[in-house]
Amino acid sequence: MGALWVVGEPGPEHGLARISTEIATLVRDLAASSGRDVVGIVVAADPGEPAAELARYLPVVFAIQDEAADALAWSSVAAAHVAALATADAPDLILAGAGPDGRDLAGALSAQTGLGVLTNATGVAWADGGPTVEMSVFGGKLVTTSGFTANRGIVTVRPNVATATPAASPGRIEPRTVGGPTLPAVRVVERVSEAGTAAPIEEAKIIVAGGRGVGGPGGFDLVEQLAGSLGGAVGATRAAVDSGWIPYSQQIGQTGKIVKPELYLALGISGAIQHKVGMQTAGTIVAVNRDPDAPIADFADLLVVGDLFEVGAALLEQLRGRSG
Amino acid sequence: MRIVVLIKPVPDPASAGERLGPDGRLDRAAVPAVVNGNDEYALEAALKLVALAPEGSDVTLLSMAPASAPETLRKALAMGATRGVLVTDPALAGADAVSTARVLAAALRELEFDLALAGVDTSDGVGGTVSAAVAAHLGLPFLSYAARIEPDEAAKAVRVRRISPTGYDLLEAPMPALISCTQALGEPRYPSLKGIMAARSKEIVSRSLADLGIDQATVGGAVATTAVLGTRTPPARGATEIVRGTPAEGASRIVELLAARRLI
Ligand SMILES: Cc1cc2nc3c(=O)[nH]c(=O)nc-3n(C[C@H](O)[C@H](O)[C@H](O)COP(=O)(O)OP(=O)(O)OC[C@H]3O[C@@H](n4cnc5c(N)ncnc54)[C@H](O)[C@@H]3O)c2cc1C
Ligand SMILES: Nc1ncnc2c1ncn2[C@@H]1O[C@H](COP(=O)(O)O)[C@@H](O)[C@H]1O
Repeated sequence: MGALWVVGEPGPEHGLARISTEIATLVRDLAASSGRDVVGIVVAADPGEPAAELARYLPVVFAIQDEAADALAWSSVAAAHVAALATADAPDLILAGAGPDGRDLAGALSAQTGLGVLTNATGVAWADGGPTVEMSVFGGKLVTTSGFTANRGIVTVRPNVATATPAASPGRIEPRTVGGPTLPAVRVVERVSEAGTAAPIEEAKIIVAGGRGVGGPGGFDLVEQLAGSLGGAVGATRAAVDSGWIPYSQQIGQTGKIVKPELYLALGISGAIQHKVGMQTAGTIVAVNRDPDAPIADFADLLVVGDLFEVGAALLEQLRGRSG
Repeated sequence: MRIVVLIKPVPDPASAGERLGPDGRLDRAAVPAVVNGNDEYALEAALKLVALAPEGSDVTLLSMAPASAPETLRKALAMGATRGVLVTDPALAGADAVSTARVLAAALRELEFDLALAGVDTSDGVGGTVSAAVAAHLGLPFLSYAARIEPDEAAKAVRVRRISPTGYDLLEAPMPALISCTQALGEPRYPSLKGIMAARSKEIVSRSLADLGIDQATVGGAVATTAVLGTRTPPARGATEIVRGTPAEGASRIVELLAARRLI
């Protein structure tokens, strides 16, 4: 009987990505329902800190030290180690995040092991001897439950599927070394931080998003102030990104990010289908739009008809009044 | 510079009519097909790169799709690609990501290229794993989430800005390499009338599994590693409350709702 593996992904400051702690929490429940062991795996140039962080959530973490994990693109290096380990240990399930690193890892791992991949899980359960995976498809119109024909495979998991909760006591860390075929090297020449990069939107519980109606880069000041006041992140439509008002990293929708915050506050956003598919599973959707017939009126919980600058300023004042 | 762009025809997301057939697979007949959005960014990037050094350059489209796909590929040819290769075979119906990656890798093996470009993900599957798998099969360096692509033909190397949570990572690898592409590469062009006319006579080569030396029994729906077990329609969102009034009234209603739902 194979174990359930969580591959820890690199996070800020050589730490662990938050998504990995969420997946670790999720998989602890699966351990009980499946009767299987759960194991975390960290591949890093210096696995100390990320492995210790993952071990706060899981009983066992394999730590694989490899300088290349930092000097080269992480996913190719990690995939080769995890594939070699998987060939030896035959896990039943390998989980990673549904973001760039997790997807790159899952694709390479699938090619190397022949295991199938189920992607963008919004839930993972155990039934009839194998994992079952819920996914939201067709822009949220349908939820599918899928399984692996061989009852084993790789799953990528969306952010915010579980709330990261450390285990009662930390697990142990086992250094591991595995030999196996490597993937072609992709050198990291440099890592560049861009000034003004806003908080990541995938993990945010509250998102305040601006569209074309915001009118210009200056208009995002109000969006940012509201986000700050609500403790949320700033999102945008493609129209705002294409206009150069805000970086592409904040774009929500079909060719941007898919988010599921508890609150989505949309300012000057029409709610085009390509935007809607990225945010329509948000818990609560509030829109401010001067056009009562904008498509967003069909799927928001609350639409305030009015000028976003006027309503936004009033909202900011009232929110500040509450916290003050 | 010779570039291959991996193009997937997908049901038009703007039609909002996508559905699964009784077999749990995407019902491709239900909705008109378009080129996957991210693949258009990849194609646009390819067209810009070959325009820098047109001599001996070309852009080949590679698609694994039903036999009806040429209609969709014509639009991409009209944007300026040189030719298309369509891998199509009845045995590929119901192919999963594992089969898709194997077949695309086999088709790429037959082509000469400096760069192969793919989209970061697809609007129908949103898997985002196929390109990494293709690269691994072929032993190609894989540079993903590209916001900028800078090949150096003399050095036979390529640099890519990979979008990171705080900015970007500058990656470098020897060519040939496979790159997954994002919208940050730039808006795709509209086909010109001349392009549309020219596309009519451009070549689309069809390849079967046998042509690629792949045994029909080893790919496609029959050996899929994943299966849809069931579906449900998510609960519809409640009715929309519409508030008109002064800005202060609108703001108060928002605050009330957020407080009632414990969001503030
Ligand atoms: C392949 C493809 C992929 C795409 N991917 C994405 C994607 O990932 N994400 C995305 O967002 N879009 C995407 N789009 C674009 C999408 O179709 C829309 O064009 C876009 O979402 C519109 O953005 P918007 O709502 O900001 O602008 P608009 O549609 O122009 O809406 C602006 C709204 O603001 C309102 N408004 C204006 N001024 C004010 C004011 N002062 N006060 C209050 N309200 C005001 C207007 O009434 C209007 O409803 C994609 C399109 C294609 C073809
Ligand atoms: N059937 C296909 N034919 C051609 N390219 C494909 C196909 N499936 C996936 N791709 C490429 O791989 C990328 C990622 O696809 P996916 O992993 O399925 O989301 C797409 O944007 C395409 O560039």
